[in-house]
Amino acid sequence: MNITINTFEQLFDICISNNKKIYEVAQENMAKDADISVENVRTFAMKSLFAMKEAIQTGMASKELSMSGMCGQDCHRVQNYYKSQRPMFGPLFEKVVEYALATSEENIRMGKIVACPTAGSCGILPAALVAVSEEFDHSEREQLNALITAGEIGRIISSKVSLAGAVAGCQAECGAASAMAAAAICQLRGGNVSQVLNASALAMKNLLGLTCDPVAGLVEVPCVKRNPFLAVHAITAAELALSGVESKIPLDEVIDAMEQTGALMSPTLKESSQAGLATTKTGLRIQKQVFGE
Amino acid sequence: MKKSTLFDIISPVMVGPSSSHTAGAVRLGLLARNIYKNTPKKVKFKLYNSYAHTGKGHGTEKGLLAGVLGLSVEDRRIKDIFESDLAKTIDYTFEYSDNFKAHPNAVDITFYGGNEMFIAGESVGAGEVVIRRINEFNVKLTGKYNTLILVYKDMPGMISQVSSLLQYHNINIASLNCDRKAKGSEASMIISIDGRIDAEMIKTVEEIPDVYFVSYVEKLDN
Repeated sequence: MNITINTFEQLFDICISNNKKIYEVAQENMAKDADISVENVRTFAMKSLFAMKEAIQTGMASKELSMSGMCGQDCHRVQNYYKSQRPMFGPLFEKVVEYALATSEENIRMGKIVACPTAGSCGILPAALVAVSEEFDHSEREQLNALITAGEIGRIISSKVSLAGAVAGCQAECGAASAMAAAAICQLRGGNVSQVLNASALAMKNLLGLTCDPVAGLVEVPCVKRNPFLAVHAITAAELALSGVESKIPLDEVIDAMEQTGALMSPTLKESSQAGLATTKTGLRIQKQVFGE
Repeated sequence: MKKSTLFDIISPVMVGPSSSHTAGAVRLGLLARNIYKNTPKKVKFKLYNSYAHTGKGHGTEKGLLAGVLGLSVEDRRIKDIFESDLAKTIDYTFEYSDNFKAHPNAVDITFYGGNEMFIAGESVGAGEVVIRRINEFNVKLTGKYNTLILVYKDMPGMISQVSSLLQYHNINIASLNCDRKAKGSEASMIISIDGRIDAEMIKTVEEIPDVYFVSYVEKLDN
């Protein structure tokens, strides 16, 4: 089957004509590409999944601040709050928000995370995947299937648009992460190929135009808190897709729109910290505090 | 830009906070160490542009030093590398510079003591790195392939001698780049390969007349 898959339409056709799931096609192609077995591919993914869970655990237990001192205690804050309060959206919501914060805070205090797809967006997919798996008792095998599905979505997006804030803004980092997470959750909850692609399209569409304007040029404000938002966002997209809601614009075209939007976005809003939140009065004050003049 | 693989998307497992400013820095340091071959005793890092301006908040300096000391991107020791015993084995300094001609995330790494070596590299995004210069020579080394580096006297037949040796061992060349100071002067050859080269083959290359320097840099794990 060794065909290079560059579009979601291609992926869909191959899945349907071979009666395969996205993760099956993805792991077989990866194995062929790297000249390894499918088992090796899954072992690689297992290492990432394990590291994701480790980061969640370590992050949940830490209150250490980042090097700049801007972030590092929000996960603790949220955990404290839920000791006495019932989360409005239920226990899954609590886990998703905490796991996403735990992972991104672990990232900014130089802890060990999985850049999936990037370090700044590292909390989104693990939070959704691990929390939903725990709440609905999904096996490790199912979790790996979901992770590989997400990876394939990310791979095809990145074959069209570079997943770098400097190239296409945050829509290409946290946006892509949320689209990947939506696919993972949809796969995990039994979605078919079409529903998985719809979940990604729905998530991505809603994040077009997201800029990358980090305060002081650091992966902290607004990045850390964007992770829990977009993990929840991914689950919303997955639920919509699972219920049969379809994206009117197919995923390939949504990604084309994302690429175009990224190209049209001012360079000042693409990881250069020359506009947006970075140059607000408070943003500039923080920058001065962190780096001096 | 190179197409990403599934593996690229769901990895690397790394110490945060930034793939370009932290993991990329570790990889640049590590590649420089591997090219240098020796245990570095004294090193100077010159950071440019974004690396110079936002490096502190991203642990870029820690990453560079950790890499030069042989740590990989997922090593938890990176965070406290300055306070570690490992850091006491090396004399290191950092300099900072703005240079609009340089890549936003560029660094020059100079090793001193005995054999001096200058290595310039860039962190090009998502943790991917490129070594652009070794001493006077323009190179392109990404750490994605096992790579053989040669410095030799520019003359006819040198490329053929080395490539014949690789062919003899049934090793496929993925890419080959050459550069020279001037005709008949020192030249460099960077050969990325699909397979592996063993110590004996490296020795054979070293014994080719007029080869001044050979370094075999294995691809980075993740």
